Parts: sequence; structure tokens; C-alpha cells
Amino acid sequence: MYKIVKQQRLNSAVVSIEVEAPYVARKCEPGQFVIVRVDPDGERIPLTIADFDRAGNTITLIYQELGYSTKRLSTKAVGDELQDVAGPLGQAAELRKTAKVLGIGGGVGAAPLYPQLKKLADLGSQVDVILGGRSAELVILANEFRAFARQVTIATDDGSLGLKGTVVDALLRKVRDENYNRVIAIGPLPMMRAVVEHTKRLEIPTMVSLNPIMIDGTGMCGGCRVTVGGATKFACVDGPDFDGFQVNFDECIRRQLMYRQQERRFEQEHPCRIGWEGTKSC
Amino acid sequence: MLNPALVKERMPEQDPELRNKNFSEVALGYTPRQAAAEAKRCLNCKNAKCVAGCPVNVPIPQFIEQVAAGDFSAAYRIIAEQNALPAICGRVCPQESQCEGACVRGLKGEPVAIGALERFVADQFLEGSPAGNPAPERKAQKVAVVGSGPAGLTCAGELARQGYGVTIFEALHQPGGVLMYGIPEFRLPKALVQKELDKLRLMGVTFQLNVIAGKSITIDELFEQGFQAVFIGSGAGLPKFMGIPGENLNGVYSANEFLTRSNLMKSYDPASPTPIFVGEKVAVVGGGNVAMDAARTAKRLGAAEVSIIYRRGEAELPARKAEIHHAREEGIRFQLLTNPLRILGENGWVTGIECVAMELGPPDSSGRRSPVPQAGSEQVTKVDTVIVAIGQSPNPLISQSAQGLAVQRWGGIVVNKETMATSKHGVYAGGDAVTGAATVISAMGAGKKAAKAIAEYLALAESVS
Ligand SMILES: Cc1cc2nc3c(=O)[nH]c(=O)nc-3n(C[C@H](O)[C@H](O)[C@H](O)COP(=O)(O)OP(=O)(O)OC[C@H]3O[C@@H](n4cnc5c(N)ncnc54)[C@H](O)[C@@H]3O)c2cc1C
Ligand SMILES: Cc1cc2nc3c(=O)[nH]c(=O)nc-3n(C[C@H](O)[C@H](O)[C@H](O)COP(=O)(O)OP(=O)(O)OC[C@H]3O[C@@H](n4cnc5c(N)ncnc54)[C@H](O)[C@@H]3O)c2cc1C
Ligand code: SF4
Ligand code: FES
Repeated sequence: MYKIVKQQRLNSAVVSIEVEAPYVARKCEPGQFVIVRVDPDGERIPLTIADFDRAGNTITLIYQELGYSTKRLSTKAVGDELQDVAGPLGQAAELRKTAKVLGIGGGVGAAPLYPQLKKLADLGSQVDVILGGRSAELVILANEFRAFARQVTIATDDGSLGLKGTVVDALLRKVRDENYNRVIAIGPLPMMRAVVEHTKRLEIPTMVSLNPIMIDGTGMCGGCRVTVGGATKFACVDGPDFDGFQVNFDECIRRQLMYRQQERRFEQEHPCRIGWEGTKSC
Repeated sequence: MLNPALVKERMPEQDPELRNKNFSEVALGYTPRQAAAEAKRCLNCKNAKCVAGCPVNVPIPQFIEQVAAGDFSAAYRIIAEQNALPAICGRVCPQESQCEGACVRGLKGEPVAIGALERFVADQFLEGSPAGNPAPERKAQKVAVVGSGPAGLTCAGELARQGYGVTIFEALHQPGGVLMYGIPEFRLPKALVQKELDKLRLMGVTFQLNVIAGKSITIDELFEQGFQAVFIGSGAGLPKFMGIPGENLNGVYSANEFLTRSNLMKSYDPASPTPIFVGEKVAVVGGGNVAMDAARTAKRLGAAEVSIIYRRGEAELPARKAEIHHAREEGIRFQLLTNPLRILGENGWVTGIECVAMELGPPDSSGRRSPVPQAGSEQVTKVDTVIVAIGQSPNPLISQSAQGLAVQRWGGIVVNKETMATSKHGVYAGGDAVTGAATVISAMGAGKKAAKAIAEYLALAESVS
């Protein structure tokens, strides 16, 4: 049903796959996501649709191997099938032609950022991009962004590529000589929180993409609830993109860590089923 | 031959202290001897009150007569004419407010155990012959059914039986609706639901899973794809929260999330990668079946102390009587006439719940006595998990995306009560999506009614073309 037709390792922790998913490919828009189950009895994990091919009935998912389920995903090869791919879910990002847009992607956050900026560029917006990662190797999609962005700035914590520093350092430098009408920041929650702290002060409207823990992705469980503008929202149906100025990031961070101990313990207890090294030994 | 006993035959059950640690079925079912004895309590009334109390009018005295005579397959055929899912209904229907509530034997002593007998008959049949009715001559017309809960399954089954091509579109990876993700294994074994799904497959019904109507495909697009009629049975899956401080703390769940993790994602099994958090002390807010299921699941997952917090009294608890009784036996505590004011937390995790005592005031316009808080009675109880089970409403994904589909202000789809036709041509709806959270049997009744109207509509459409 959901066959992997292409697979490419982008770096030591990030993999891109193209998967057959006709219902999703036919209708999805930038900003939307799918829920994937790798195996029978697998966990339901949300992944953003990084790209799509309507004619070919496929979508591209770019994921970071983080815990059990994402590592399981990497045990699949081209030709293998995923158990389930459900979607497209969530609201499409509201993308209108905007004079000057700055996209900020932290780590694997560059993947969900890509379709949004590409569409904005297609609409005739001027697009600049900041990509960040701990080191050069962890910066992904720079060439893909260069295909349409006016400037791509890279920031690495260790200075192994581009500017030495965080995406926030790069942001502060960029806003010295550019007036952006809009920022789209996607990455780890602490990164988005830090970006918003500055863009709020600079009064540049900023959209962020929230990634709470989800189950169904259809508004049925309420597990994905986030506080935006003082009101509870279900990120899977009301989002996942929200006005960054309104988001209660501290609550998001806390809720995302709810199962950390259990996830770690599970991964330790089921090591033989994880990863390509693991599969050899069992 | 009438059995004059004033009480029902007692169905064997797992011991409460054992069962509150496992997920196997609590009630074990009648033996043939017990079923025959219970059947002989029935007076075979001419003007059977029980039948009128049954939402789908199962010919109750007729099937019970066959049980008494030992002809279980005849009994099954009589039930199956009116009820396609008797093994499920026998287990989960609120019989005390339906058939059994109306039974004349209940005037003096206990009513006939109609639910237990229905279950017995259905289980005999399921064990004996798993085969479904093969579809007769196929018709060319196709119907799309959205949602695979009892409403959708019943509608699909009725139409498939008449030879229509039926495709069920289901948002989740597993069909069955609440029967799979909501009601726990210990009350409704999932193998039973699987058997019903297999029967539909044998009848030629196809399932398209992971398809979210309104997102993956719209209702209008279903017509473009060649479906000539659509039935919406998408249920009432949107959980309500209380809107009190602390509800987004870690450790606060909707019952839907808690039960979905345990039932659908199997987090009760340590080999499942989907985690669940159950603390030592759990508070479940609400008094319906959903609350009982959440509380009993929490207990089984290892919580030391589980309490039901409900703002009205014992008599008002909306759950099935049997479940309330089972919950008590399993050690669930009931804090009745109590209402939560806020959830307290430390470092982002739940540490307690503050509640106020309630008193029932005079009956309001609906005749229900509404609870009034007692000032000064506020008290904090230490808990580390709170499960909110105060109701669900219909999910707006479909109504938001379907042009011309009229919905009530609270989200229920508007239908003609006779035909279940919506305001949109060729689109029918039924079950919780129309009524809000209700019962399995009422959802089935609606699915059946809609199937009849859809068949008439399609026959007319064909004769015109
Ligand atoms: C709408 C949405 C879109 C997403 N898109 C992508 C994407 O395109 N690419 C991608 O790599 N990831 C994406 N994620 C995150 C992805 O779903 C998680 O990384 C994944 O569920 C982790 O599963 P696991 O079993 O591998 O790790 P786990 O063992 O479940 O988790 C490992 C660690 O990650 C943390 N974690 C758990 N769930 C999440 C989560 N939802 N987000 C972030 N951290 C989490 C846990 O606290 C834990 O410490 C998205 C999440 C959402 C909600
Ligand atoms: C925990 C719990 C315990 C209960 N206990 C009892 C009981 O003991 N007795 C009793 O009579 N009733 C009980 N009920 C109520 C009963 O289960 C429901 O009234 C009944 O299931 C409603 O049936 P339905 O077919 O309308 O909807 P559901 O069973 O809710 O099924 C709806 C289906 O539609 C799917 N769906 C939703 N939106 C979409 C979409 N956009 N596209 C595709 N698919 C979609 C859902 O995933 C689901 O599978 C209980 C409910 C719960 C939650
Ligand atoms: S009302 Fe009771 S006694 Fe009379 S037919 Fe129905 S089940 Fe039998
Ligand atoms: S993931 Fe369940 S409601 Fe959003």
C-alpha cells in the first residue's frame, strides 16, 4: 500500500524517503502532515509532508532518527511498505505573496520549512533562509533552498560551516540590514521560542510550527493540546502552524517531554529491533 | 415449566481481585443449562413490553422461547433479523433502561436477563459458524460509508446484503470505531468485533483505512468518484474538557486519549511502543460508561487508587448499572456530588485536584435536578493522574469541508428523522454524528434506517435514468 520508492540518507541522523500515498499526494498542501505507522502494532507518529508529487502519487518525508519508531523507519528499504500513512492532516499554511520573507530552519525543521518557502517563492515573494545545525553535517537541504531563495545563510554551533553561532545570531545579523515582513521559524521548541523572543521585539510577525505528541491527528484524543493566545487548541486540527507571539512555549516543551523516561526505557529494552546495526545482531 | 425465581441466573464472572489486574473479559457468559433456566423465567407476554423497549424491536419472547426449547440457531435467526451485532449488543446495551427496564417480571423481582440471553445466543452462533451471508447478485450502484463504528458497519451490512457495492472510509488504521478504540477488551473482546468485520468483508464490503473524510477526500469528491450515495457515521469523537485551571498539566488525559492508548495502541502490553502514563492515584471525572471504562483501565494498568468524581448522585450516574457494580467490586471509589474546581501541579505535573461538594437543587425545566456547589466545602485530594470523561461532541472535520451540509450549533448533523437524509442530496447520516454521544444500539438503528432509505433512493435513481 504505502511503498517506499526512494530513500536517501541526508546525514548521520536524518533520512529522506519518498512514499506512495495516493490520497495524501492528491490533496496535500504545504504545512500539512501525515501520521505514519511503520509496522503492524507500531506507534502512530506525525511527520510533515516535505514535498509531494501529485502525478506520481508520492510524498516525501524527511525525518530525524530520534527514538524507537523513527529508527524502526530506517530499517525499511526501497520497495518495502509502511503499515499506514494517513492524511493529509492539519491546516495548510496560510501562504500569500509577501514582499520579504525570512525562513528559519533548525536541524530537521528545514524539512517542513521547505514546501512553505518554495510556495512563497512561487507566489513571487522574496525569500531568504537561515539554516542551523550543531555542525556542518547536520545542516540539510541547503542546495534545495538555494534553487529559489535569494540568500541562504548557514549557522553552526561549532562554526564548521557558515557563521559560528545559532540561528538566532544569524537572525540578529540579518535584520540589521533587511526589513522582513514575515518570519517562518521551524525547528526544536527552544529554538522557536528564542526566535520569537527577538521577532516580537522587532515586531516581525512570526509563524511557528508546533510538534506536540499526537495519536490520531484528527481531533479525537486531545493529546496534542497547546495554549495559543490563552486558549487551548488542538495542534493537529487547528495547527500545526500558529502565530508564534501567542504560543505558550514553556507548556509545549513540558508536554513534549511527558513520556521521555518511558520512551528511553522502551528503546533500551527493545534494542535488537532498532536500527541497521541492531538488525544484524538479532 | 415457568421458572418462578425472582432473581436472574447469575452469570459467572472473573473474581474482582483477579480481574482488576488483567484485561480478559469480566463476565464469562451463561452455560447452556443456565440459559435454558433463565429463558424459562420469561412469561412470553402477548403484548410484550420488552420489545417496545428495544430500540430495534428484537422479537424478544420469540427468541427466548427458542432458547428455552434448546434451539439456539433458531433463536439466533430471530435476533439477527432485527439486530446485526447481537454479540456486541448483548454485552454493552443499557438493558436496564431498554428491554429489561420494561419487562413485566421486573415489577416483582428482577426482569428476565434479556441481554445475557442475547449474548449467549450470539456467542453460540459465533463459535459454531463464522461464515457471513454471501452477497447475492451484485448491483452496479456504489455507496460510500464514512466511519466504521456501529452506525457505519450496520448501514454497510444492510446495503451489502442487498447487493450494493459498499466501500467504508475510515480515518484510523483499524475499523470498528468506539468498539475498537473506546470500549475496553475486558468488556468487549476485540476478537468479536473482528469477526463482525470479517463477515462484512465476506459480504463484499471493502475498507479504505487511513482516509479522513474532509481531509483525504471530500464528500463531493466521493460522488465524483462514482459513489451514488454517502452515509456519514463519523461518531462523536471530539473530547470535551472542563475549562478549569491546570487541565494542560502533564498527567491530565481526555478519556479518549487514555482509552485509545490502551485499547487501540495496546499500551497495556509492555511490548507496544506507544507509552501511557498511569500514576499511583488517579481521578476520573464523569459518571458515564466512558468514565467507568477509564477508571477500570487505570486500575488494571496498576494504579493503586482510582476514584470517580461525579457532580450528581448515585441515581443520576448515566453508566450501565452492571458497569457501576463491576467498578465498585474492582475497588474503584466513588466521590459523588463532587465537582472539580482546578487541577494543581508542580514542575508541570499533576499533584492534586481541588473539588467542591455539590447538592442537588430543585428540578430544572428538563426535569433534572441540577447540582449546586456548597460554598466552603472545597478540598484538595492528592492525585497524579486526572482523566476527563465528561462527554464528546461530533468532530467538525466533515461538516467544515462539505458544502451544504446543515449542522446544529453543537455540531450534530441535521437529518430527517424518518430517512436519516441530510440537507445534502444523496447524503445520509446517523449515529453519534447526528445525536451526539449516545449508544451502540441507537447508532445501529440509525444505520439500518438510513440503509433502507438509501436503497429506496438508489432504486428510484435507477428507474429514472
Ligand atoms: C505535526 C508534526 C510534524 C512533525 N514533522 C516531523 C518531521 O517532518 N520530521 C521529523 O523528524 N520529525 C517530525 N515530527 C516529530 C516526530 O513526530 C517525532 O520525532 C517522532 O514521533 C519521535 O518518535 P520516536 O519513537 O522515534 O521517538 P520517541 O522515542 O517517541 O521520542 C524520543 C524523544 O523525542 C521526544 N519526542 C516525542 N515526540 C516528539 C514529537 N512529536 N516531536 C518532537 N520530539 C518528540 C521525546 O520527548 C523523546 O525524548 C513532527 C511532529 C509533529 C507533531
Ligand atoms: C469508552 C466508551 C464506552 C462506551 N460504552 C458504551 C456501552 O457500554 N453501551 C453503549 O450502548 N454505548 C457505549 N458507548 C457509546 C457508543 O460506543 C457510541 O454511541 C457508538 O459507538 C456510536 O457509534 P457511531 O457508529 O455513531 O460512531 P463511532 O463508534 O464513534 O465510530 C465513528 C467512526 O468514524 C471514524 N471517523 C470519524 N471521523 C471520520 C472522518 N472524517 N473520516 C473517516 N472516518 C471518520 C472514527 O474514526 C470512528 O471509527 C461508549 C462510548 C465510549 C467512548
Ligand atoms: S416483558 Fe419480560 S416476561 Fe414479558 S416477554 Fe418480554 S422478557 Fe418475557
Ligand atoms: S492528536 Fe489527537 S487530538 Fe490531536
